[in-house]
This record gives sequence, structure tokens and C-alpha cells, in this order.
Amino acid sequence: MSPDRAPVGARFRRFRERLTAEGPERFGGPGQRAGYGAPHPPGDVEPVDRPRRRGRKDGGGEQLNVPPAEFTSYYGRPILKAPVWKWDIAAYLFTGGLAAGSSMLAAGGQLTGRPALRRAGRVAALAAVSASAYFLVNDLGKPSRFHHMLRVAKLTSPMSVGTWILTAFGPAAGLAAVAEAAPWLPERGVLGLARRLLPPVGQTAGLLAATTAPALATYTGVLLADTAVPSWHEAYPELPTIFAGSALASGAGVGLIAAPPAQAGPARRLAVAGAALELWGSHRVENRLGLLSEPYAVGTAGRLLRAGRALTAAGVAGALVGRRSRALSALSGGALLAAAVCTRFGIFHGGVASAKDPKYTVVPQRERARQRDGQTPDDSGPGAGPNPG
Amino acid sequence: MPDANSLYGPLDPAPDAGWVDAEPRMGFFTDTSVCIGCKACEVACKEWNAVPASGFDLLGMSYDNTGALTANSWRHVAFIEQPRPAGHRTPPFEGNPTGAAVSPASAAVAAGVGNDSGTDPGVPPGQPPAAARMAAGPEFLGMPGAQPPGRGSGAESRTDFRWLMMSDVCKHCTHAACLDVCPTGSLFRTEFGTVVVQEDICNGCGYCISACPYGVIDQRKGDGRAWKCTLCYDRLGAGMTPACAQACPTESIQYGPLDELRERAAQRVATLRERGVPEARLYGHDPTDGVGGDGAFFLLLDEPEVYGLPPDPVVTTRDLPKMYKRAGLAALAMVAAAVAAFVGGSS
Repeated sequence: MSPDRAPVGARFRRFRERLTAEGPERFGGPGQRAGYGAPHPPGDVEPVDRPRRRGRKDGGGEQLNVPPAEFTSYYGRPILKAPVWKWDIAAYLFTGGLAAGSSMLAAGGQLTGRPALRRAGRVAALAAVSASAYFLVNDLGKPSRFHHMLRVAKLTSPMSVGTWILTAFGPAAGLAAVAEAAPWLPERGVLGLARRLLPPVGQTAGLLAATTAPALATYTGVLLADTAVPSWHEAYPELPTIFAGSALASGAGVGLIAAPPAQAGPARRLAVAGAALELWGSHRVENRLGLLSEPYAVGTAGRLLRAGRALTAAGVAGALVGRRSRALSALSGGALLAAAVCTRFGIFHGGVASAKDPKYTVVPQRERARQRDGQTPDDSGPGAGPNPG
Repeated sequence: MPDANSLYGPLDPAPDAGWVDAEPRMGFFTDTSVCIGCKACEVACKEWNAVPASGFDLLGMSYDNTGALTANSWRHVAFIEQPRPAGHRTPPFEGNPTGAAVSPASAAVAAGVGNDSGTDPGVPPGQPPAAARMAAGPEFLGMPGAQPPGRGSGAESRTDFRWLMMSDVCKHCTHAACLDVCPTGSLFRTEFGTVVVQEDICNGCGYCISACPYGVIDQRKGDGRAWKCTLCYDRLGAGMTPACAQACPTESIQYGPLDELRERAAQRVATLRERGVPEARLYGHDPTDGVGGDGAFFLLLDEPEVYGLPPDPVVTTRDLPKMYKRAGLAALAMVAAAVAAFVGGSS
């Protein structure tokens, strides 16, 4: 089909060369059986990295109860199609949360008379929601058809729900941010009228944005969970909480960076609350799901989530210690933002990894079927026993 | 008012989708016990539906060089080689030079091969460890091997084996996750109870691809849209049989009203078991299963995962109400935290 396709048979020749070069020993050799019941995978498999778990003591010391992964598959090929979403979607998870957190910070600043928080929150919300729109459209297979999202409103599709949440949030956040430009307008003429009208309009728009913000921050958890991707779907009770906490911490990060210490008190408290929600949620996800927790503990996802946890802890500590230091506050704000990026990408990569390995599809489903059949008599007949191969 | 079972449980999908005078639900019954792996269904499907070629390549794992259902392969003939006696419990290749040709090594290496089908994820490379485990040691034949099976391995290592072939296709689920999550309304339920993508609406968001519990629907590269089997919606409307079923020379693929097919399948399983094939079982026929029963169901001779099918698929939207509830709670927690942060405290 494509002109740059390799010549016919090239793949097979490469396969044969690899086999000759690397030798059968690499895979345990022909004499060594690697049967279904083999307690250890064949020689080429690196032993699965036991997750290096931090805080084992305060984690209650519970063991990851992962069943031995004995299963069959079709030549080791994945059953599910991995998400086709590129990194744009992981980035959107962050910018969407940042927009939501910032607009809530702005509304709080507006209502309690903290202009620095209000200004920073509104501007950050507009920047983040614009970036979100770009990421979302850019990730489409046919970006020119982005407006087809607005053809329907479907409750069964979290993406449709999210589209409408963004449609409500975006313009409101934009208007609130534009209103911040009022003091720079001339006092006379049409622009003078705008100068007088913008602040009250901005107040209303800011409150409207803040009302939709919690939905914007949490629907993304449902967006990921409402898929067949094993480690996302099974984490559905926690994902919205993680994303809510991460959004609050991001908003707090903006406040810590932009506001003078005198006005940053609420941002500090938001950082603590957000970090608590996020850490609780990710702790649950990394420990509660048995085998499906594994993708969050190993590989890229594991590294990102560990980094996110460390940065969150550092950010909260810095925010609390650096009450009087503008520099330390800004630094901890940056750490919180970086933590949110790491957490979002970590959750994203963990799910993608779980879809790519048939183990995470087959083993939990087998276990589920086994438990169900334990309660009701097996009606699939004598052939339904365990695979004798 | 939607049906109480509209997200999960037994349901007749076409009336639930709003069709007033729905046709009887049509579907496929694929009897893998008579499939000969000729791939006429793959070819017929491509010809009728003008599906782009997926290239000519050797995956190096078996006689299956299609690899998986993709946006450019709406039928996929799986081909499994097993160190097990074929049906009827007789060792059919007793005197033949069968047996260990290649090791788990070849399986592991072959699993790392991905065929560029011009789709995304297309035919994804497999997991070498899983493939090696599946090869179950030296009995794996590992076609295409460097030499004929059994040569050079000695008579004592020869074993029985069997070939399983199965023509896989979109299941046209009663509760189709792809359809539920589509944010544009591109996917729709036809009057025949099947699920079809409207290519002039799809904007390639990719949500259906992550939602499908069978890994069927896929994105075409360069085009960006999602594609899958339509159960030949155009032919059905004209009262014709879908191209694959029409082309199948052994009637392994049977097309008809779903009720009739389910009856026929139950009879076929009973017959096979009577004749000494106890491992025959149906897959996807049960309206009470996790997806409310499939519009295209199968008679299998081994566990579903051997054929690359999920053993117990559940439509993801079953849990959607609970997910929204959790999101609502998290949103309330956010509001509470924000209020507390601004109202409480002294600075």
C-alpha cells in the first residue's frame, strides 16, 4: 500500500537473522520447557520489577497480592487496541485541571478581595483552557471535523459531556481574563465604556467559570475510566479524586507563583487539600487493584508517578515552610505544577501499558469468571475446564 | 424513557435505539470447527467494502499474516497451532514427521513483529514472554520454520498437534461500548441491530478504539477515522447476505436472524459433544453476558483467549452511573476544599 514498505520477506529475513544471532539460549533453549505452569517466565523475561514502594511503614505494610500471571494468548498479541491518543491527551489532562483549579482560585480571590490571586487565576485559566482546546483538536484524526463534537449531547459518552462542559467553561474563563485588561483601556469613548462594563461582566463570568470548574476537573477521570483499558477502568472510583486533587494543587501552584505571600494563604491551604486528595487517590490505585496496579508501578508510568509524589510532597512542604519567602513560595508552586504534569502523564501511560499486554486483559477476566462460576454451576459444559495444554 | 437494561443486561438493541419497525436482529454464527483457514472471507470483505490493502508481509508466527482485526482488515482468520490431538481423540499424525521444529525462541521473537497495516495501532507487536509461554515449549511448530516440522528432532520428540482456525469479526454487541462513547453520533445502531460507523461524521477522536472490549475498531493511518465491519449494511438493506458469509466455502460463517442462529449453534454444540469433541463451546451467544450477547458469536474449540478473544468481556458503560457518582463526589470535595481554603485560616 505505502511506497516505503519494506520488500516482501524482509521481516522474515530479519526474524531469521535475529534467531541465528541471538540463539535459542536467549529464550531458554529448545530443551527447556516453558509451559503454562512455569513458575518463572522464560529466560528472556526480566523479572517484573517489584515496585519500589515508598513509605512501606506508613502504607500499612500490605503486600501486593498479585496472582501469578499464568495465561494463554494469541501469540502474545494484545487483545485490546491500545488508546490511539497521543501525548496531547495526557497534556490536556494537565491543562484542563490547571484551568479548573486556576478559575476556582480566581473566584475565591474575587470573592474574598485578593486581587493578585484573582488576576493570576483568571489569566492562567484562559491560557490553560486555550492550550486544552488546541491539544484536544490536535489529537483528532480529522481535526477539521472538531465541530462534529457539537452535533450531539450524549450522557453515555463522557467525551460528549466534557465537550459541553468545556463549551460552557471556555468562554466564561476567557471573558473573565479579558476583563482583567480593563484598567489599561482609555477612559473615554467606546473603549471607555468597555472599561466600565468589563469588571462586572468579568465578575459574573469568573463565577460562572468557577461553577463549571469542578465538573471540568473531574469528568476527565470518567473519560479515562469509561474505556476497556483495564487499569483505567478498574480505577474508576479513584481517578476523579486524583484529578480533582491534582487540579486543586495546580491552581494552588499558580497562586503561589503569582501572588505575594500576604495574599497566598488560601493557595497554601488549597495545595495541602489538593495534595491530600491526589496522594490518597494514587495510593489506592497503586495498591488496591492487584495485578492491575502493576502498570502504575513499573516502567515509565511508575517513574512518573513516583516523581509526581515526590514533587507533590516537596511542593506542599515548601508552601508551608516558605510562608514569608516569595522565592520559596514560587518554587513550591512550580513543584506542584510539575507534580501535576507527572501524575497526569503517569496515569495516562499506566493505562496504555495495561492495554498493550494481554496479561492485564486475560488474567483479571479469568479470575472474575472463575469467581462467578464458583457461585453458579458451570453451564459451559465439560469442555470448559482449565486448559490441559 | 430508556429501557432499564439500556446500559447492561438482556435487550433487543434496535427498538432500544429508537427504531419503530425494527427488522429482526441479524448476525453471524461463526462455527470454527469447520473453518479451513482459506481466508476467502477476508478477501471478499476487502473487495466488497473497498477496504485498502494491508500490505503483503510475513508475521513469522503462523499461517496468519493478517495478525489482528484492524481498520484495514474487518475479517481476520486466526490460525493456532497446538500440541494437542485434533478432534475425536485419535492421534492423527502418529507416523508423520511432526513435532518440535522451533522453540519458544521463535515464538518470542515472532511476537515482537508488528505488521504495518497502515492503521493505528494496527497489528501491534505482542509480548515475547507471553508468546513464549503460549508456545508451551518445544512442541510449538512455529511456522514458518527454518525447516519442515519434525525434521532433525527425532521420532521420540514427535507429538500430536492440531490446528485451530477462526474467522474473527466485529461482534456487533448488544451493549456496544464503541457506540455508547462516540461523542459525534458517528456510530449508530441499524434497524438490523448492528453497529455501523458513518465515515462522513467520524472525526477520529479515537474514543471507540479504547472502549471496545474486543479490540476490534481501529484507526486508519493517513485517514484518521475509525473503521470496522459494517456487517455489510448496504447488502443487508437489499436483502443480500454479507460478503464474507457469501464467500465462505464451508459455511463456517453463517448469516441470519440471531434467534435462528442461536438455535442452530446450540444444536451444533450438542452434535459435536456427542461425536466426542467435549471442548466445543459457544462464545458470545449468551444474552446475559457482560455485553448483553454478541450479534456475531462463535463456536470455539478452546478457551477464548487462545484465539485472542477476551474471556469475560464487560461493556465499560455498565459502570458509567457509578463513575459519574464518583466524579460528582470528587467535584463536591473540590468545592469544599476551595471554600475551606478561602474562608478558614487567618492569612
